[in-house]
Amino acid sequence: MEHTAEHTSEHHGEHAGGGTKEIVKVTIILSVLTVIELILGFWMIDIPLEQASFRLAIKGTIVILMMAKAFYIVAYFMHLKHELKNLIMTIVVPLALFIWFITAFLYDGNSFRNLRNTYDPHFKEQSTIKVEKKEHGAAKHEEKKEATPAATPEAPKAAH
Amino acid sequence: MATTATAPTTKSWSGGKSPFNVEYGKLMMWYFLMSDAFTFGAFLISYGTIRFSTNGWPDPNEVFRSFPFAPEGVHAPLVFVSVMTFILIISSVTMVLAVHAGHNMDKKGVVKNLIWTIIGGIAFLSCQAWEWNHLFHEGAWWGSNPFLNHDGTASSTNFTNYFFTITGFHGFHVLSGVVINIVMLIMTLMDKFEQRGHYLMIEKAGLYWHFVDLVWVFVFTCFYLI
Repeated sequence: MEHTAEHTSEHHGEHAGGGTKEIVKVTIILSVLTVIELILGFWMIDIPLEQASFRLAIKGTIVILMMAKAFYIVAYFMHLKHELKNLIMTIVVPLALFIWFITAFLYDGNSFRNLRNTYDPHFKEQSTIKVEKKEHGAAKHEEKKEATPAATPEAPKAAH
Repeated sequence: MATTATAPTTKSWSGGKSPFNVEYGKLMMWYFLMSDAFTFGAFLISYGTIRFSTNGWPDPNEVFRSFPFAPEGVHAPLVFVSVMTFILIISSVTMVLAVHAGHNMDKKGVVKNLIWTIIGGIAFLSCQAWEWNHLFHEGAWWGSNPFLNHDGTASSTNFTNYFFTITGFHGFHVLSGVVINIVMLIMTLMDKFEQRGHYLMIEKAGLYWHFVDLVWVFVFTCFYLI
């Protein structure tokens, strides 16, 4: 109990320095990063699929912005930056495993796709057959269109 | 003699002192969150692996393009999800303010900011409920995917399976975060923390809530943006 009391009073002084100003600053940074991400997202809508490397570059930028956002949330909102270095290390070092996980698994996924495209003709073929686009709204319209001409010849008959 | 020999050791580990200078519960919350990060990391990496091993993938701008009270067939990609993202960021900010107020033993500030955080959490959950409902009515669910790939070819159900599983898991975390925050609010109103002399529990609840926001940063990017 003594520890906790000591701890809070110690931290108190630290927080008073950054305080509300720091919170406002980080909020603005997070909002700006999100807006940039969204601008990039909107921009990518109009870029055709053929420009694959350009799209990939934008996606990479978005991922970097995402990491920046994660850093600001963890460092300032979760106050990890103000903790002792030992504590920071016990949290961050294990998470470094993700670097290997992501590299290895994405590489594996990509290699699996290439293997199947090479040796599985059915898999390759599936990715070239275009399916007729059936829009949710459009499908309903067609139904109505079909329904109305069928109904109109009937109607005069009934009137007779 | 023996004691004098062991005296010049490192300060932090010589006992009688908390080496990380944090309270036990807070440290354990950090370790819990680290394990939870691995859970979500595993989900997202699995999603990435499947996406990399597939030739086509649905265009998120075609799938997530509606918002509540929108006319039929509206094309407004990214709009609704940006609203959801900002709701969660702002609720994270109010949570920081609640923790900050707790440091200053400001009960009124804690109550006010906790209420805003709870409202933000409920607003986010409502948005997600609407979106799930909307997608369900478009025919998307676990095991059923009405959307085509970006290039117009047939898509597998992997897309919807991963979307509903991962956003569902995240939504469940938001729900438990809201419940934890409500418990914290009740405890604050009952003067529990005033009696203890510190608001460390609010800090721990805050860590959890920020983590929920952090996960959304990743989910939002992986499913809606790229």
